[in-house]
Amino acid sequence: MTQNYQFLPSTMPAIFPGVAGNAGKPKRRRIRPARVALHMFLGAMVALWLFPLFWAIYSSLRPYSDTVLHGSISWPSGGLSFINYQTVWTQADIPYYYVNTLVIVIPGVILTLLLASMVAFCCTQFSWKFNLIVLMLFTAGNLLPPQVIIRPLYWVYLNTPIANLGSIDVSKFSFALFSDNNLLYDQYIGIILIHVVFQTGFATFVLSNYMKTITKEITESALVDGANVLRIWWSVILPLCRPALAAMATLLFTFMYNDFFWALVLLKSGDKRPITSALNNLQGEFFVNNNLVAAGALLACIPPILIFILLQKHFVAGLTLGSTKG
Amino acid sequence: MANPTTSQAPARTKAPEAGALVTTRRKRRYTLLTRQDKLLILMMVGVPLALDLLLIWGPTLASVVLSFTNWDGIGPVTGNNIVGLKNYQFLFTGYTLFWPAFSHNLIWLAWLTFIATPLGMFLAVLLDREMRGTRIYQSVFFLPVVLSLVVVGFIWELQYAPNDGFINNVFGLVKSGKLIDWLGNPRINLFAILVAASWRHVGYIMILYLAGLKSVDPSLREAARVDGATQVQTFFHVVLPVMAPINVIIVVVTAIEALRAFDIAFIINQGKNGLELLSILIYNNSLSEASLVGFGSAIAVVLLVISLGPIILFLSRTMKTLA
Repeated sequence: MTQNYQFLPSTMPAIFPGVAGNAGKPKRRRIRPARVALHMFLGAMVALWLFPLFWAIYSSLRPYSDTVLHGSISWPSGGLSFINYQTVWTQADIPYYYVNTLVIVIPGVILTLLLASMVAFCCTQFSWKFNLIVLMLFTAGNLLPPQVIIRPLYWVYLNTPIANLGSIDVSKFSFALFSDNNLLYDQYIGIILIHVVFQTGFATFVLSNYMKTITKEITESALVDGANVLRIWWSVILPLCRPALAAMATLLFTFMYNDFFWALVLLKSGDKRPITSALNNLQGEFFVNNNLVAAGALLACIPPILIFILLQKHFVAGLTLGSTKG
Repeated sequence: MANPTTSQAPARTKAPEAGALVTTRRKRRYTLLTRQDKLLILMMVGVPLALDLLLIWGPTLASVVLSFTNWDGIGPVTGNNIVGLKNYQFLFTGYTLFWPAFSHNLIWLAWLTFIATPLGMFLAVLLDREMRGTRIYQSVFFLPVVLSLVVVGFIWELQYAPNDGFINNVFGLVKSGKLIDWLGNPRINLFAILVAASWRHVGYIMILYLAGLKSVDPSLREAARVDGATQVQTFFHVVLPVMAPINVIIVVVTAIEALRAFDIAFIINQGKNGLELLSILIYNNSLSEASLVGFGSAIAVVLLVISLGPIILFLSRTMKTLA
């Protein structure tokens, strides 16, 4: 499994002996036309790829009056400013929606990793009759389009009684324990639950892929030493899976942060929405011009972009763990 | 959980040595587990499995059952609600939005399969070499993958907007008054959002494929080179066959993405007027005021049946190596 990490761009091995062999020869300084063409092509693609983002940033930094006066393609006459960000940040309550999102995503990621690692541990370290079927159920469940299950799920959410034990209030923000309407519907915990269950399918598959490379003898000798399975899972197997868990955490954070559909259907109150669906709501009423839209959209993508920049290695590892097998 | 070691110690002393286990496999492995261990395993698998069955597979089955009813979402489902195949009959013959939505999903799939996915693979092949700046290129192409499709939709609206959008302005269509309504015109808006969706899809495929390429044993290529194969020949006759497992994953990812498409069409215009998709019809019929749950479920079943293709392909190729 360490092999997966060799696939990462950061540790790219020199896998072209031919190229490396040329390096020692005197002609290596010669500019190769093929290489130049390659860089030109890739450079053009990069420009094309970055342009929509660049354009969003540029739009977001212009006051709308300036755009109206000079058209959207023009040099900024009045200079650039953060006025659009200021407006969106304060009037559209962006910080509040960040909190909403994190309240869903952080427990979601932790619970998913706990459940998925339990299942993966039990399915890969012990042989029992149905372990393959269990793995298939989890994996296939994650591949279903969410729309296939949404209407019955909506019914389940409307018909599951949940205790109402007050709430944790921090100024304007209120986290219900566990439901403020005695249902799963329209609750943070409802959204957390469906994220956890849906993503456990994916995480179980990836973690099983990882754990099957851990020899069963480790578990067996721990059993002989008198540890019970829960303890082996927690203090023997999980530490061994740290790289996979880090990769999955990064990926799951992004998946859950970016969700739109579950929150659209399973939440009703505007003040419980995570940032992606909040943006959609703002579209009609608040986003009176495109420069504000740009600022709002960019504010919403700051967290995942930060994660990407800081943890790119884990992110890519998470995506490829599931797909490449040693 | 409480004091595990003391209560289990006697049972364990009867267990055979670990060395003996390796040879006698299966049956004996269980003797190493105490009753408490077995109970724990049952819980560790059982709780997540129960949730999975309750919230994923139960609803899947319920969708199938509901598709044979005319249930409107109110009250219990009774025998009187059963209408047999009527929903399907109307879906295929009477519902004017079904075939457009179906073909939009097909176009989505075809676009990803023949344009976006090959472009991602092509970029991966180009970037899979010792080259200055390859990491920067990779990061740039990969960047949109971390963004949600909602944000992608917003970012591309800035390109497509009729008056303020970049595209109409840069081609002078605003000045000449020949505005193209990229997102409003039902003949082109599907392709406009496919470009936006591809912006994200290409990077995803690139990174998956790059990982696959790096797992190809370099000596294979070296051997092909020594034998006088060109780079193109090497790719098609040596690299591609070795990459069969990753190719399956790419096919599956592409198909699933096309079937799941929802967010971007929904935020652009709620999936109307040229952007109808099966997923959107399910949402509109079974969750809007119309509350045609039975009928919406029939569309869900159609989507389910199509999805089973890539799902079964994926399971049959990956499960052999698991567990």
